Amino acid sequence: MDEETKLSMTKVFDLVVIGSGPGGYVAAIRAAQLGLNTAVIEREHVGGICLNWGCIPTKALLRSSELYHLMQHADEYGLSASGVTFDLKKIVARSRKVANQLSTGVNFLLKKNKVTLIEGEGKLKGKGVVSVTKDGKVEDVSAKHIILATGARARTLPGLEPDGKRIWTYKDALVPEDTPKSLLVVGSGAIGIEFASFFNTLGAKTTVVEVMDRILPVEDAEISAAAQKAFEKQGMAIHTGTTVEKLQTSKTNVTATLKDKDGKTSTLTVDRVILAVGIVGNTENLGLEEAGVNVDRGHVVINEWCETGAPGVYAIGDVAGPPWLAHKASHEGVICVEKIAGVKGVHPMDTSNIPGCTYCWPQVASVGLTEAAAKDKGHKVKVGRFPFIGNGKAIALGEPEGMIKTVFDEKTGELLGAHMIGAEVTELIQGYAVAKTMETTEADLMHTIFPHPTLSEMMHESVLDAYGRALHI
Amino acid sequence: MPIPILMPALSPTMEEGTLAKWLVNEGESVASGDVIAEIETDKATMEVEAVDEGVIGKILVADGSEGVKVNTPIAMLLEDGENASAIEGASISAPAEAASKVEVAEQPTPAPQSAPAPTSTPSPSVTPISAVAGERVKASPLAKRLAAQAGIDIAAIQGTGPGGRVVKRDVEAASSGAVGLTPATATAEVIPLRAPETMPTDLGVKPGTYEEVPLDGMRKVIARRMTESKQQVPHFPLTVECEMDHLLALRKELNAKADGAYKLSVNDFIIRASALALKKVPGVNASYAGETMLLHHHADIAVAVAIEGGLITPIIWQAENKGLQDISESMKDLAARARDRKLMPEEYQGGTFSISNLGMYGIKEFSAIINQPHGAILAVGAGEQRPVVKGGALAVATVMSVTLSVDHRVSDGALGAEWLKYFKGYIEDPVTMLL
Repeated sequence: MDEETKLSMTKVFDLVVIGSGPGGYVAAIRAAQLGLNTAVIEREHVGGICLNWGCIPTKALLRSSELYHLMQHADEYGLSASGVTFDLKKIVARSRKVANQLSTGVNFLLKKNKVTLIEGEGKLKGKGVVSVTKDGKVEDVSAKHIILATGARARTLPGLEPDGKRIWTYKDALVPEDTPKSLLVVGSGAIGIEFASFFNTLGAKTTVVEVMDRILPVEDAEISAAAQKAFEKQGMAIHTGTTVEKLQTSKTNVTATLKDKDGKTSTLTVDRVILAVGIVGNTENLGLEEAGVNVDRGHVVINEWCETGAPGVYAIGDVAGPPWLAHKASHEGVICVEKIAGVKGVHPMDTSNIPGCTYCWPQVASVGLTEAAAKDKGHKVKVGRFPFIGNGKAIALGEPEGMIKTVFDEKTGELLGAHMIGAEVTELIQGYAVAKTMETTEADLMHTIFPHPTLSEMMHESVLDAYGRALHI
Repeated sequence: MPIPILMPALSPTMEEGTLAKWLVNEGESVASGDVIAEIETDKATMEVEAVDEGVIGKILVADGSEGVKVNTPIAMLLEDGENASAIEGASISAPAEAASKVEVAEQPTPAPQSAPAPTSTPSPSVTPISAVAGERVKASPLAKRLAAQAGIDIAAIQGTGPGGRVVKRDVEAASSGAVGLTPATATAEVIPLRAPETMPTDLGVKPGTYEEVPLDGMRKVIARRMTESKQQVPHFPLTVECEMDHLLALRKELNAKADGAYKLSVNDFIIRASALALKKVPGVNASYAGETMLLHHHADIAVAVAIEGGLITPIIWQAENKGLQDISESMKDLAARARDRKLMPEEYQGGTFSISNLGMYGIKEFSAIINQPHGAILAVGAGEQRPVVKGGALAVATVMSVTLSVDHRVSDGALGAEWLKYFKGYIEDPVTMLL
């Protein structure tokens, strides 16, 4: 077979995306919209971790736990509900159903946009070629441009390896067979805290261990403190500045050796452990080294246009490094594809405009710089705060705990950051994300009319407070 | 990186200035607050202070350079540990963080306590250029504020946001010199009715028959503003004659009692009479502002003072609230400092009404050009003995002709006449203005 004939048998695309998570499938759809002949290679589930084992199924679980909590407190709202119980199998089944529904939806979207879906495991094979392995069979596809969107998986630390039975990763924790009576969560980032919140609400005696000096360490210090207070009030035990030295499993439980910042050790015996100590990019078996793609500490190195340095090879989303957020991956995908397609006016992502949400109870959400980070960057700041207790809608909802904090540059009035804790703040944060992206100043936010009665009024009040003009406090 | 020191905008109307004199040399260290240069602006000479400390690496604009555009780099400041070679490659072609790098030396302002801040006087003349043109500049709120703080005209910045919107990064790039502003002509185009550049060769003057004198900043401003006023403002002049004998007698009497504490001039009486007349007829104390007119609360009276090479109009703020002695003292101080070109911008910018007095030159009467945004100007002629008819008989009186030029967009003939009736009343019966 001569070279020409061989080439003609190879499927040729303008763009091939390896991975169909929120980075990959969004990149593929945008590419198709821009007229690129596009294929996506997926080894497992369309929609990636986000839809199948992350964002979406956890939200389904947390919704169940929220309703359970509310039903337990029904009398506070004048309702009676006695003998409120739950069936964990049904809760999990619902979560899986939601995930499957969305995965099907993404399949449909790809089809609708005429994106070719290739099932199998993709690997770079020379310039402009990806080999796809499926059930032992190998097929080559060629493309001018290749985007790596392979995502990430749970990080494991020496001595802290999951076994899938008593020591879980997020994936195991999503499909529990029963509710642990006691639980240790290692790591207090978004993933750890959401599972801690879920199982704690369902009655598990929950302990959280965090190596940093506060939980949710990427959030503003005041928000971390408020969250810790709220969780402890719900009965959660929290140990900050603490590491887990060792996990010893027996037939019935796990004994963890904890070491606090003074070097003092103690032991804790629990039913289950959830490891949530970060994630690591899926960079293996992709032929990266041969292709000349640099990998640094588990992540593909890219520039502001998601270029890897190897010609025609790009990387987006979790595999390309933090923040590990689905919406960051999607946005990177769009930027990367638009740059490839030569769309005018494309700009690199401004990471200070990426909002982050944690769906624990109470919820936490933020965008931009924390007060401390703003000061570190040399800003003189004006800080506004408004508590939920001062908001009519919050009180009517029975959610009087929480706060909205805003940070402005004193000189320019630029909104540098916004930080929230309390009911529904994950839905509120987008207001500030729009404001920040549009480069509004405090003046525009002050002149914006916020509807009454809503929780969003607190967003207005927080801005007013930064300038000594809050009305309801 | 070397920091460019920029030509500062010392007043809202300043577009260019003359770098009169450097007070530091290349290689000299400067600390924050050191006076580094003198700049001759539209109407005054100002000192420029260094804001950052460092070493003057290179002087880019020599002593005596005229027409230096605001925000042009005039020198490069080396930071700690840098040497002159660092300047090579550093962009000096575009404005950097304008007003933040140089500050006008703060001089004690002798303005009276009651004087309002100049910004509180609505003044169309300081409206941003882009707004005058009526063109909407697409820019984010933050970008607008950053540009204003950096003293950069946002209309001159190329936007890179959605639909060409000017966003923060564009202003930062413009102020750091990373990218150029659109050519200066783009800015010039949006200034309406700017005096056209006139070429000597176009005037039909024979070469060699004249000396060509460059216009200084003040002359250029006078040329532009007076041309604008004559072209834009429908002037009409109204003249009356005022008998001065009572006023001269009162002046003599008051000055005799002064014991050296004050010496009132005829002009001081004219200022006071004008202020009181403006309170009686507020319609003359007005500024045309497009869709609206501004009726000013106070009579802030600008008085033209002839100085070498031109004139300047220091302002007696809230003249209606000042007595003759107060007016007299303020005027002496302002006039003296005006001749030395040491007035601060807030002492000559703004105002609601002007007075131009050429009586001392023997001018009998004239009509003056309105100094926008003022609604009127009073031209004062010489007080001289003239024959007058009194009770059917000829008599001799000291008579002064005054001509009020009025902006017909804000007031009409009858209103101007009414103002002159009150003015004449105060002058001819001066005791009433002592009330």
